[in-house]
Amino acid sequence: MAWIDKLVGRSPVGPMQEHMRAAVACARQVVPLVEAMVSGDRDAIRSQRGEIDRLEHRADEIKHQIRSHLPRRLMLAIERRDMLEILDHQDSIADVTQDIAELVDQRGMKLPDELAEPVRRLAARVVAACDQAQRIIDELDELVETGFAGREASRVEEMISELARIESETDELLDRACRTLFGIEERLGISTVYWHQILLWIADLADYAERVGNRLRLLIAN
Amino acid sequence: MGWREARAIARTHSAPNETLVYPPALLCVTGVLQKAGSLGGGRLLGVPIEIWLAGVLALYMAWAIGANDVANAMGTSVGSGALTVRWAIVVAALLEFSGAFLAGGHVTDTVRKGMLDMDRVSADSLLYGMLAALTSAATLLLGATRLGLPVSTTHAIVGAIVGFGAVAIGPDAVAWGKVGQIVASWLTSPLLSGVLAYGIFQFTRRAVLDRESPIEQVRRLGPIFFFYVFFIVGLVTLFKGLANLSLDLDLPQALLGSCLLGLVGAGVGWFFLRRVKEGEPDRDHRFDQVERVFVVLQILTACAVAFAHGSNDVANSIGPLAAIVSVVEGGGEIVGKSPVRPWMLAVGGLGIVFGLATWGYRVMETVGRKITELTPSRGFAAELAAATTIVLASRLGIPVSTTHTLVGAVLGVGIARGIGALDMRVVGSIVVSWVATLPISAGLSIFFYYFFKGLLS
Repeated sequence: MAWIDKLVGRSPVGPMQEHMRAAVACARQVVPLVEAMVSGDRDAIRSQRGEIDRLEHRADEIKHQIRSHLPRRLMLAIERRDMLEILDHQDSIADVTQDIAELVDQRGMKLPDELAEPVRRLAARVVAACDQAQRIIDELDELVETGFAGREASRVEEMISELARIESETDELLDRACRTLFGIEERLGISTVYWHQILLWIADLADYAERVGNRLRLLIAN
Repeated sequence: MGWREARAIARTHSAPNETLVYPPALLCVTGVLQKAGSLGGGRLLGVPIEIWLAGVLALYMAWAIGANDVANAMGTSVGSGALTVRWAIVVAALLEFSGAFLAGGHVTDTVRKGMLDMDRVSADSLLYGMLAALTSAATLLLGATRLGLPVSTTHAIVGAIVGFGAVAIGPDAVAWGKVGQIVASWLTSPLLSGVLAYGIFQFTRRAVLDRESPIEQVRRLGPIFFFYVFFIVGLVTLFKGLANLSLDLDLPQALLGSCLLGLVGAGVGWFFLRRVKEGEPDRDHRFDQVERVFVVLQILTACAVAFAHGSNDVANSIGPLAAIVSVVEGGGEIVGKSPVRPWMLAVGGLGIVFGLATWGYRVMETVGRKITELTPSRGFAAELAAATTIVLASRLGIPVSTTHTLVGAVLGVGIARGIGALDMRVVGSIVVSWVATLPISAGLSIFFYYFFKGLLS
């Protein structure tokens, strides 16, 4: 049986799920980061950034491992190209979280009181989108088990639709937060630009989460 | 488990180093036998020395088969915890043996008579040639196992027979049509089992995995699978297969008997499937419970593969032995029919059990401890397809390779997007080893032909 075990290579599905867990764990840190921004505590911001860097680094390591163990000679249940594309979206979740933490830390930004509530709500919903995307990726092994068809496939499609709903909610929350931001832009001055960038990045997390789901939807449709 | 550990485990799978000790040890034994024979006037304990030699070599070949192949079928069942190593060996030995005894006669005939034009083969060259065939096939088998390459026992012996035939008698004595048929089976047997595996897997997916309650479905369908396996095995065994027991049934009788056997099998399946404990449902792995039920079905197909393997591959060691014995007992005449005697089967069976005990045991334990990516539902589809193909081919007298059919079947499941990852480079090296088997084994056999000719004449 030695040769059968060699023939049946290690499926990349498990590592893909592991990577998604790491990336989403990173994105979840946005909520405490927002709290640190609200209080304006630079030490708290710095320690949050440290935690985010650590999680991003872990996601990166898993990504490199997957990439280097996905040689062309493997015939995969999920095509190589699709797999790498999903992996890229997953990785963006961690990367963008890191971008947010970097900027907030470098400029030592304290969130204006008017923005506290809208940003909290946006961040919470964005994390909900990421969590939903992780639940979807957790179904990947079940999808392979059932060959991307039947009841399992419709279950996952339902989950992807739910993800899309959450994402469009984050769009609305982003819109509201931006309006609040621009309402006080005279007072904030140049900071407005940076806050706007941070709001967009936070919303981007939900966007990448949705892309993970959408790419998977295409796989099921195949 | 990380990638690195997985690879480390795969490495420990290849055969242990002491493999290389066996061929020299064997040559010593043949030397001693020859010496003893020359002292005793060509006889040892009243039995001609050639038969002693043939017996030892057939034992060696059967041992190589047992060490190499037999653990394959049962390994995954051990891995899933469905069978203990001890039970797996008992079951494997039993089924291999009964496969050889009950359904092995047809391939034995092909191996013995089909490859060469027997009218042109002298008794002496047949004797040396068959001894050479056994030795070279077994040597090749061990070498390949050492390299972790799955070569075909069948094709090793066929290559060896063609090898000595072409040299000792002449290329035109070789039945090249038959050889062509075997070369064609490189393509047809994996293709057939691949298509079957694809179909079986798609069926289990539609009928079980995609359903609302897969566990209920697999319990309901399980007995049908049991019926099918018992029916096929029964049909092949009963329809003129029981010549060894001087029991010849015609087709309607065989059909009836197979149906009865199938019904018994369905009952057994129903009983066992009912007893599978489902365990706690796991939210993250909702299909674990279904797979646990599939474990039972996989034991069944593993048994079927063992039976098929016995019917197909064990004949490879017994066939040449029977030919040698008939030459020696015929006093240099090549008798038309060389019957397979019970003691020859015992030699084959003994060799296999011995191989299992010395090597297969460890292979099985290693395979068993490893988390395989081939889940029971996949293993089931692949093994059922392979067993069907082998059993049918062995009934038709076409010597196909157990290995080839299994590879084809695994690929079939993979094409149905049922397996996470298949390493196509491994497929490439396997195919190369298939093609290389015939010439290498032919070359070895030519060498051993002159060796035995020098030793015995």
